[in-house]
This record gives sequence, C-alpha cells and structure tokens, in this order.
Amino acid sequence: MATSEIVHAHAAPQGFIRKYIFSLDHKVIGIQYFLLALSAVWVGMVLSLLMRIHMIWPQANLPIFGHIQPETYLSILTMHGTIMVFFVLTTAPQGGFGNYFLPIQIGAPDMAFPVLNMLSFWTTFVAFMIMLAAFFVNGGAPLHGWTGYPPLSAMQSTGPGEGLGADLWITSIAIFCAASLMGALNFITTTLDLRAKGMSMMRMPLTVWSWFITAILGLLAFGVLLSAGILLLMDRNLGTSFYVPLVVVNGQIMGHKGGSPLLWQHLFWFFGHPEVYIAIVPGMGVTSQLLSTFSRKPIFGYKAMVYAMLSIGFLGFMVWGHHMFMSGMNPWSAFAFSILTMCIGVPSAIKTFNWLGTIWHGKVRFYTPMLFAVGFVSLFVSGGLSGPFLAQPTLDIPLHDTAFVVGHFHLIMGVAAIFGIFAATYYWVPKMFGRMMNETLGKIHFWFTFVGTYTIFMPMHYLGMAGQPRRYSQFTEVAYLQHLIPLNRFITYAAIITVSAQVVFVINLFWSMFKGPRASDNPWEATTLEWNTTTPPPHDNFGGHTPVVHNGPYEYGVPGAARDYVMQTDPAVSTSPAH
Amino acid sequence: MATLTPNLAVKAPRTRDTGGGDPPSYGGGGNGSDHGSNGASDYGERLRRARLGLVVGLTAVVMLFVGFTSALLVRKGLPTLDQQTNTYSRDWVPINLPWALLVVNTVVLLASSGTMELARRDIARQRILAPVRSIPGVSLGDDKGFPWLGSTVVLGLGFLVGQFLVWRALQEHRFFVNTGPSSSFAYLLLATHAVHLAGGVIALVYAASTSLLHKPVEARGIVIDVAAWYWHFMAFLWIYILAILLIAR
Repeated sequence: MATSEIVHAHAAPQGFIRKYIFSLDHKVIGIQYFLLALSAVWVGMVLSLLMRIHMIWPQANLPIFGHIQPETYLSILTMHGTIMVFFVLTTAPQGGFGNYFLPIQIGAPDMAFPVLNMLSFWTTFVAFMIMLAAFFVNGGAPLHGWTGYPPLSAMQSTGPGEGLGADLWITSIAIFCAASLMGALNFITTTLDLRAKGMSMMRMPLTVWSWFITAILGLLAFGVLLSAGILLLMDRNLGTSFYVPLVVVNGQIMGHKGGSPLLWQHLFWFFGHPEVYIAIVPGMGVTSQLLSTFSRKPIFGYKAMVYAMLSIGFLGFMVWGHHMFMSGMNPWSAFAFSILTMCIGVPSAIKTFNWLGTIWHGKVRFYTPMLFAVGFVSLFVSGGLSGPFLAQPTLDIPLHDTAFVVGHFHLIMGVAAIFGIFAATYYWVPKMFGRMMNETLGKIHFWFTFVGTYTIFMPMHYLGMAGQPRRYSQFTEVAYLQHLIPLNRFITYAAIITVSAQVVFVINLFWSMFKGPRASDNPWEATTLEWNTTTPPPHDNFGGHTPVVHNGPYEYGVPGAARDYVMQTDPAVSTSPAH
Repeated sequence: MATLTPNLAVKAPRTRDTGGGDPPSYGGGGNGSDHGSNGASDYGERLRRARLGLVVGLTAVVMLFVGFTSALLVRKGLPTLDQQTNTYSRDWVPINLPWALLVVNTVVLLASSGTMELARRDIARQRILAPVRSIPGVSLGDDKGFPWLGSTVVLGLGFLVGQFLVWRALQEHRFFVNTGPSSSFAYLLLATHAVHLAGGVIALVYAASTSLLHKPVEARGIVIDVAAWYWHFMAFLWIYILAILLIAR
C-alpha cells in the first residue's frame, strides 16, 4: 500500500480571519513569515541607503528624512543591523521557507504543534512592531549598534536614543527570543516525530537537515540571549550592576559599580556567533538541494554534507571569543578561539568541494533559482576566505574596527544568506502560489544583484586595509581618508543601483503570484515530497494521505531508470538509503 | 484507497527503514486507517510527541538558566574599584536569605510535585479504565477520587505566596534588587523561577477546566501528563537555584 489515510489535526478553516490571519496551517504561517521578512528587508535596505548617502554627502538635505545628524546615523546603523539580522535573516529562511516546506518534505500534514506555530509568528510580528516603534519615541531609536554593547546600552542617559528607544529595542529582542524558541521547539519535534514512513533521517532532503540544525542552534542560543537581555533591562531600569562598572556620564557619576561590560559581550556572542549560522545554514541546505536538482546529479557526498553542517553548528558554539579579540582578553584564550575558528574552515571547505563536485559534469539547467544557488557558493567562498584573516588576533586587531569587517560579514552572512532566500523564492514560489515566476526578470534581477553585491562589498576590504573605520558617521573631513572618498562614492552608486534592482524582484514576485503562467505539480522535475503533491498543496499537504518514501532525496540520473529523476515515493532504486 | 502515484507499483518498504516510524496520525483515533484504529497507539503517539516537545522546550529553559548561572559566576569573581581607597576589591556581599521560610517553601513545592504525580497517575488510570466504564451497567465504584490536581494548584500558589514572603523578608533585611550583585541575582533567580512556575499553574488550571468541561479523558490526559513533567522539572530547578544561592551566596 502506497499511502495510508490520516485524519488532520484541524479541519480546513473557513472565513478570512481563520484562513489567512490567525491560521494554524503551516503553509499560511510560512507565507506570513515570508511577507514579514519582505517588509523588514525593505526597511533595512532603505536604512542602508541612508547610511551610504550620508557617508559621501554628510550635509545633504534628504526628502522626508532631512539632514541626518551623527546620532541619527548611529540609530540607522543600529536598526539596519537589528532588523536585517533578526527580522530578515532569521525570519525568512527558517520561519518562512522552513515553516512551509519542512512538514511537506518529510511527508507530515502539519507542524507538530500548530497553535504554537501560529503563536510563534504573531509573537514575531509583535516584536517587529515594537522594534519599529523605537523610531517614533522621544529620542528615537537606540545608538548602541545591533550588538548592544554596554555601558552605552545599559544606561538611560548615555545618548538621545538610549532612553525609551533602547528599552523598546531590548523588549523587542526578548520577545523575538521567545518567538524563536517556540519555532525551534516545533521544528525539532516535527522533524523527529512526524516523518512519513520510510523517511529515515538519512533520507531527509538537505534542506530539512539545515532547518533541523538551525532549530537546534536557535534553541540553544536564544535562551542565552534572553538571559543577557533580562540582565540588561535590569541594569537599565532597576539600578543593578551586572554590566556597568563605575562610570561617569557627562560629568556625573552614575549609581552603578562593579559590573563588567565584557560579561555582556560573552553572553551576547555566545548567542551571536550561532546566530550567524542560523542565518546561513538554511541557505546551505537550499543551495545543496538546488545544485543537485538543476545539475541533474545526486548531491556529491550526502553524508559528508550532513556531518559538515552538524560540525559547523557544533563548532559555532565554541568560537564566540573571536568577536572579542579587541576586549583585552588573555592571549591564550584568543589563541584557543582562533584555532577553533579556523577549524570551521574544514567543514566549510567540505561543503564547497561537494557543491562543486555536484555540478561537475552535470547537465546544468541555468534557471534563475540555480543562478542564485551558484551565486550563493560564490559569495560563500569570497566572503568565507576573509574569515581566516579575521580569525587571527594579530590580523583582527588592526582590521577589527574597519570597513574590512563590514565587507566580510556582509558577503558571508548578509548577502550569501539573502541569495539563499532568493534561490528558495524562485524555486518554491511555483509550489506556494501555483504560478511560475518570470525567467527574464529573474535573470535581470540576478545579474544586477550579483554584480552589485561584489561592487559594493569587495572594495570595502580595501577600504578597511587602508584604515577606514566602521560605524563613524562622518569621515569626509579627515585628511588621511580623502583619497578613499571616490571609492566610497562608487560604493554608494553601486548600492543605489543594486537596491533599485530589487524593485524588479518585487514586481516579478507579485505579478507572477497573480498573473504568472500556471505551474505544474513538478515544474523543476525534482524528487522531494513537495513536488509529489498538487500545486499549491491542499490544506493537509497530501490530500488525505501520507506518502511512503522509498528513495533518498537526490536520485538524479539513476542508471536504468525510465527518466532522469526518481522521486522519493517511487519504487526503490538504490540499495543504499543515501549517497 | 487512492494513491499519490497510481501509475507506479510501489514496493513494500524494506524492514531496515525504521527511521520514520509509523505515519503520524492525528486526533480522532485514525478513523479508517490501517493502524491505530483502537485509538490506543494514536494516544501513545500524541503523548510521546507532546513529551518530546516538552523536553525540547525545557532545553530552552535550561539555556536561560545556564546564561544566568554563568553570569553569576563571572560577576561574583569580578574585582571592583573602590573610589575611596583607589584599590580593587570584591563587591559581592553575602545576603541573609530567610532560610526557614525557604525550607518551608521547598517542602511545599516538593509536596506539590508529589500530588502532581498522583494526579498524573490518576488520569492515566482513568484513561485505561474509560473503555470499561463506558460499558453500560459496569460500575467501578465512586468516580470522584481525591482532587490531586486541585491540591497541586493550591500548593503551587502557596509556594508563590511563600516566595513573595521571601522577597519581603529580603527587603526587611535591606537587601533590595540594586543593593549589590548578590541580591540582584537572588531576586532575578527567584523571580524567573516564579514566572515559570506560574506558567505551570496556568497549565494546571487549564487542565482542571477541561475536566469541568467534560472533555474526553484523552485530551485531558496529555495536558496533565506534560504539565506534571514540567512541574517536576520546576521542582528540580528550584533545588538547583537553592543550591546556587547556598553555594554562591
């Protein structure tokens, strides 16, 4: 018997509110997360443009925003980082695509705890609203950067945005932590407990592995950030001294004493480094899936890919100190963190090697999702290669507070992760909305974004080595940076063009959603379970049945098979569960 | 029965493919399916899933307290600059915790853990006996057992009141939340535990209300089982916090 009937946990909802707003359906919740991230990324991008424009025309009087003051620049910097990291890079790949496709790819009718799933989204939504509210309160948004270092962040009187704005910022992050923990709980339980018959762990698509590992990282990391945030709120509002030593602010001795700003740095980066992998690991999963699908070849080294992701996640918890080489830590600690950090190069290299091995001699189909997946590999390599530079204290200390670091982390965790999101969008929108996206617009979008990304972030490495500091609101008057202004102007122009190209994406997305050509059930001729159901999938994903799995996830080009791909539900073709 | 890929003759899965287990089936006893039609295995699966979810959720709580504990250990060892003498010293002042009250609270919480366990076993027994009870003419004696769940709620609330009294006692000893790092951590740990325990009380009140609403015993059983394990964990967490306060006072 191929399938067995199941009874869904909740009946298909009736009425607009239950169907589209407070829906328990993981697919609707996934789309809600995706749209939330799409809104957030536009806020973040506009903020980045404001920063770039301010950098080269500090006196400019912009429409709507007016003249940007130095403290406003710092607010923009803080909010750009926070919104992008939490509400885009954490939300879209995991909350969006993970929510939509994890249950389908393992053959489950829904998440393990649908009510919790809905709560998780709406809690994230509330967190986002609170975060945006920080812009509109007296004093504006906080100045302390997305890393929120005390003592700047730990007292109300340290700057204009450090009053109510900073309280809202921390509250928002704390609520986001709770939302992420609920999500992680659901992802882990669903993966472990709701797999269809025959879907052994080693037959799960690498996307499922990546969401599973990301959920574990989130589960272990967000609790610690929450604890750090609670202590920070207490320092700010209850007069405790966890993070604040004896300090003088504006000539006035503050009531705190004995705390340590480094304590925050340790707790924050214990979360912060795994957070980098929370952003990038789902991109790795999607890239693996797409390279295999569009090369018509099995993924090269499935098990190695799984173990590489696991070891990246594991090592991610032991390297937080490399963000703190500037803190005056014991050189022996720095040495240990440095060695451990460079160890991450090993699983990263395994992944890159396997990706190249996957497309090697493949019958590559360069559709837009494939282009973005290849773009991910490119950015992963070029962003990753500057990692070993910064992993060494002797090199990190001169480079740490320069534009070099900005270039590094934007390439690796910023844009690479965004490319993973784009690849996933172009790949899965046909399944989600039943319409194909426009290929021509997709390719225009890809080339502008790909070239734009490199023209923005590659020169920043040079700027950093030439000594341009990061986070400074204004440097056009500084003598030794004069010769860098033309390059900075070039980056700003590139940023304006690249951001404008994203309009093409949004037009393509929404136009295709309603007017695009209808998608078949399996337009990419892929093997995983989401392509085994109707487009878009019914409320319970498989129309009253649950599939039975007989094959690994990447059976392409199997010798002797009737066609060049064997779906996971097809009769067993291979004696090994995976490659 | 319809199949998803009707044009293919699908082989039976190999016996070694045990990783996925049985297909998941959701509430209602898997009506018409080839397994779980008696509702028993279905209940077992839902219970296992809920317990797994609880274990994962508790991991997050553990990480929260790992964060607090490491902060406490680091903060306790930090030197602080004394302005008068311009020397470094430790500012960790041992606090006077009302130990007698804390012992009473601990006993109350452990007792509540005991009543909770009895409530859990009671509901498990009721669930097993439910099919027998539904046979007309069969009587298993009085339905009304001891209200273990209600007792747990009362004891839990008693513990929370006791914790409030601990706070009051700390204030009487002039230990406020911002007096020093030791009192800050004491308030923090007590409050965070109390918030988590209050969540447990809410879950128990919910479970008790499902009982009043005459929901099926299965639906109640899972809530009570998971709430019970959560409650036991809260007792364990309290012992841990007490040990931390005792050792790193």
